[in-house]
Amino acid sequence: MGNTIAAIRKKLYQDNIAGVVCSLPFIIGFLLFMIVPMLVSLYYSFCDYNILAPPVWVGIKNYVKIFTGDPTFYKTVLVTFYFAFASVPLRLIFALIVALLLVKSTKLTPMYRAVYYLPSIIGGSVAVAILWKRMFATDGVLNNVLGLFGLNRDFSWLGDTRTAIWVLIILAVWQFGSSMLIFLASLKQIPASLYEAADVDGASKWSQFWNITLPLLTPTIFFNLVMQTINGFLAFTQCYIITQGKPMDSTLFYTVYMYQQSFEFYNTGYAAALAWVMLLIIGLITWFLFATKRFWVYDGGL
Amino acid sequence: MKKKNQSLKQVIYLVVVSGLGILMIYPLLWMVMSSFKESNTIFTTAGQLIPSKFIFDNYVNGWKGFAKVGFDTFFKNSLFISVTATVGTVLSSSLVAYGFARGRFWGRKALLVAMLLSMMLPAQVLMIPQYLWYQKLGWVGTYYPLIAPYFFAIQGFFVYLMMNFIEGIPNELYEAARIDGCSFYGIYARIILPLITPALITGGIFSFIWRWDDFLSALLYVNDSSKYPVSLALKLFSDPGSSSDYGAMFAMATLSILPIMLIFIFLQKYLVEGISTSGLKG
Repeated sequence: MGNTIAAIRKKLYQDNIAGVVCSLPFIIGFLLFMIVPMLVSLYYSFCDYNILAPPVWVGIKNYVKIFTGDPTFYKTVLVTFYFAFASVPLRLIFALIVALLLVKSTKLTPMYRAVYYLPSIIGGSVAVAILWKRMFATDGVLNNVLGLFGLNRDFSWLGDTRTAIWVLIILAVWQFGSSMLIFLASLKQIPASLYEAADVDGASKWSQFWNITLPLLTPTIFFNLVMQTINGFLAFTQCYIITQGKPMDSTLFYTVYMYQQSFEFYNTGYAAALAWVMLLIIGLITWFLFATKRFWVYDGGL
Repeated sequence: MKKKNQSLKQVIYLVVVSGLGILMIYPLLWMVMSSFKESNTIFTTAGQLIPSKFIFDNYVNGWKGFAKVGFDTFFKNSLFISVTATVGTVLSSSLVAYGFARGRFWGRKALLVAMLLSMMLPAQVLMIPQYLWYQKLGWVGTYYPLIAPYFFAIQGFFVYLMMNFIEGIPNELYEAARIDGCSFYGIYARIILPLITPALITGGIFSFIWRWDDFLSALLYVNDSSKYPVSLALKLFSDPGSSSDYGAMFAMATLSILPIMLIFIFLQKYLVEGISTSGLKG
C-alpha cells in the first residue's frame, strides 16, 4: 500500500506529469465551462424548449425559422454590423492619432495619457451607461450645450432611428484609450535610425508616416482590428441599458435580441440556435480578416 | 523666425491635446458634479458644470437603496464576488501559465490552441449555453456562476499575460533550483510566484475591475435583491418607476466607480504595463 502511494507520488513528480497537473485547472475549466455548455446548447438548438417544459426534438426547425421566418434576425444582424463597422475603425483611427500626438514625451504626457485612458477603464460599467443615457436625453447635457450656441435644443437623440445608434457608437469610440496604449507601445519600438535615414534622404514627415510608421504598425492594427471587431459584435450592457433596442429596433444588437428571445419570450431553444449562428458569423468574419492579412499586414523584419 | 514658429506649434499642440482631453473627461465631471447638485436642478442646469451650492443629500438618499436593501449591502456583495473571483483567477492562471510555459508534455500545443480559442470566445456567445448548463447544475440564483469558473483559469488573457512573464525568467534560475533539489511544484511556489509578482498584480487589478463592472452574469444569475452586486443594483435603481431621483442616481453611480477610480489613480503603472506588454485590450 505504502509502495503504491510512493509510486504515485514519484509519478506525479515526473516533469512531464507535473506539467499536466499544473495545467489541470484549465483542462477541467475548459471542458466544464465551455465545451460542455456548448454541446448542451447545440442539443437544445434542435429542440423546442422553454426552460419550463422538457425539450422536444424538432430537428432543424429553429435554424430554418432564423433564416426564413424571422425578419428581426436580419434587422439585428444589420444593426450589429453597422455598429461594429462604424465604431471599430473610428476607434482605431482616434487611438492612432492620439498615440502619434503623445509619442513625443513632454512633462504633461503622463497626465494626458491618464485622461485619455480613463474612459476605457470605466466605460463598461453600468454607471457610465446610465450617465450616457442622461447626457443624450432631451433635457440632457448635449442639448443644453447646443442651446448655449443658440441651436435647436429639443431634439431627442435617443428617440430618432437615425441618431440613436450613434449614441452607442460614440460611447464605443470614447473608449479608445487601451488601443491608444497599445499603439504607443508599438510606436516606441520603431527604431529612430529609420527616421534619421529618411531625414537624410529628405523625406517629409508625411511620407515618413506613410512609408515607415504605418507599415510597421500594421501587425498591431491587425491584432486590434480582429479583437475589437469580435468585441464589437458582442456589445451587450450598453445597449441593454441605454436603448434596449429602441426606437423601432434600430439599435437592437444581436446579443440583446438573443437575451430577449431566451429570457423574456422564453424561446430558449431558438435562442440557443441564435447563439450558434452568432458563433458562425464571428468565425466567418475572423476568417475573412485573416484572409486579408497577407495583402496589407507587414510581416517582414526590420 | 524659426523659433517663433516652433512656439506657435507648441501652443497649437497644447490646445488640441488639452481640448480633446477636456472633452474626454467632461462626461465624468458632469456626473460627479451633478451628484452634488440639488436633485431637481440637475437638468435645468445641465449646461452648467459647477453646482452653485454643493450638497450631500443625494448621497444620503441614495445610500438607502431600494426594496429595503441599502447600498452598503450591494457594495459588500460586489466586494465579496470581485475579490473571491480575482483570487481564483490569479492563482489558477499563474499555475496554468507555469504548466504551459515550463511543462513538456503530450497535448501541450493543443491546449495552447484551446486557450487562444477561449480568448476569442467571449462571455456573450456563451451566455445561453452556460445558463442552460448552470441551470442543470442547480447554480441559478447562487453566486457559483459568478465565482467558481474563475478558479479554473478560463480567461485566456490572464494565462497569456503570465506566460509572457514566466518565459522571460532565465533558464539558469531553474537549473540552479533543480540542482538544489527543488521539484517542479517547488519551483512554482518558491521561484515563479515571487518573480512574477508584477504580473500577478496587473492580472489581479484587471480581474477586479472586470468582475466589479460585470453586469451580464449578475443579471442572469442573481435574483434575490439582498444579493445584488452594485452593477445590477444601480441599473434597477436607475429604472424609471423605482426612482426618479436623478441626484441620488448620480451619487450612487459616482460611488460605484469610485473603487475603480482609486485603483486607476494609484496603480495606473500596472494597468499601462499590462496593456502594453501583452498587447491585449483591457
